[in-house]
Amino acid sequence: MIRDKLNLAFGIGFPVILLVLLSTIQANIPVSMFEIQRLVPGIAVFGLSFVSLFAAVLISKDRQSSFLMRLYSSPLLPSDFLIGYTLPLLPMSLAQSLVCVLVGFAFGFELNAYTFLMLAVLLLCSVFYISLGLLFGSVLNDKQIGGVCGALLTNLTAWLSGVWFDVALVGGVFEKIANALPFIHMAQAAAAAAAGDTAGMFPHLWYVVAYTAVICIGSVIIFRSKMNAEAV
Amino acid sequence: MNDIEVHSLTKRYKDTLAVDSLDLDVAHGELLALLGVNGAGKTTTIKMLSCLLTPTSGEAFLCKKSIIHDKNDVKQLTNISPQETAVARNLTVRENLELMARVYGADKSESRRKADDMTAQFSLGEVLDKKSKTLSGGMQRRLSIAMALISDPKVLFLDEPTLGLDVLARRELWKHVEQLKGNVTVILTTHYLEEAQALSDRIAVMTKGKLRAVGTAQELIDMTGEKNFEDAFVNIASGEGAYE
Repeated sequence: MIRDKLNLAFGIGFPVILLVLLSTIQANIPVSMFEIQRLVPGIAVFGLSFVSLFAAVLISKDRQSSFLMRLYSSPLLPSDFLIGYTLPLLPMSLAQSLVCVLVGFAFGFELNAYTFLMLAVLLLCSVFYISLGLLFGSVLNDKQIGGVCGALLTNLTAWLSGVWFDVALVGGVFEKIANALPFIHMAQAAAAAAAGDTAGMFPHLWYVVAYTAVICIGSVIIFRSKMNAEAV
Repeated sequence: MNDIEVHSLTKRYKDTLAVDSLDLDVAHGELLALLGVNGAGKTTTIKMLSCLLTPTSGEAFLCKKSIIHDKNDVKQLTNISPQETAVARNLTVRENLELMARVYGADKSESRRKADDMTAQFSLGEVLDKKSKTLSGGMQRRLSIAMALISDPKVLFLDEPTLGLDVLARRELWKHVEQLKGNVTVILTTHYLEEAQALSDRIAVMTKGKLRAVGTAQELIDMTGEKNFEDAFVNIASGEGAYE
């Protein structure tokens, strides 16, 4: 994926552009929603949704090209495959979050010891998104992934994370759905971490941990079953 | 000594019998061509022998290791060049080679040495630092076979290695495959009769999942009483009986 410069540039560049745009708007028309201390963690979470897209495309293309079949016939174990796909994406996710922090710093984001705590929370979120990408990449082709991960997941993250608007303002079923899904909890846990409000990270962090565990296990099960089925 | 021993190997998918009680022995260093029309069961056979598919019944031993009970050993001893070009498109030729060496347990320096050996053996020096997606079809197939050989397999499966290549690229690849004879036990599937005739020590003809005949090209011609190998193949492939 690192070789895929277009995807890499888009994955890092798009969140940065949003950060710059919203910070510029904030400088002209102050909105509490877009205060830089809240905006940076929120945009960083949103940016991680692109990592899902990359992971999914990567694994899907390998499946379609027979390259994965070559690897299936090697002595590699399913866990080797998953580690092999996940590990290289973690530094990339971290780099993406760091770029958000540095750009945010230029607009007044306060850097302190809690920034590292926020990065740790974001790293956990990236495991969720990478696992989700592996899961989708194991079952969908690259065209379907464009729709599911490229459009649906990034939009779900955007709408349901509370980064662009307060979901409480919409209320009703929308708010309930947002609170039941992990996206808003990721943004709030990261924002609380950045603010040094360690108590405020909970219970959001539990949602993130639970969803990450479920998606991780799900991706392992799906990958294993597809590994056996696709040899056919 | 036989490197491959197949006993009543069978694969069934619901109503379809893809491979039907296959019995076959392949000697060490032999190149056996598996010939047949589409749906004959060639690729399914290779997938079972390379542990990509579990047989419905029957058994096969590769270098005395069971494809059912000793999968990891078999996987370490064998390698496959799949039907479609199976290279990591965004990696360079060298990176593809070194990646496969590492997958089979080589350390960094060993994988580099092995990649150099394969580069020399398959004349890949000029494209070594190019991304594999930029290579011609023939060059990608050559790389694909080099990737399969980098693990020093005892048994190599080549699934339609020249499919879609022009005649020059095909002949070029033949030279590389011929060099393997005597050292590596090779099962090669192909649709091209002349390829089977030119490269193989023996030819096995499959139709509808069954092995119909095994022998040298001349033996198959003699068995059927036909004038040439193409007629012999048509005779065997269109018939229902088995030639001994």
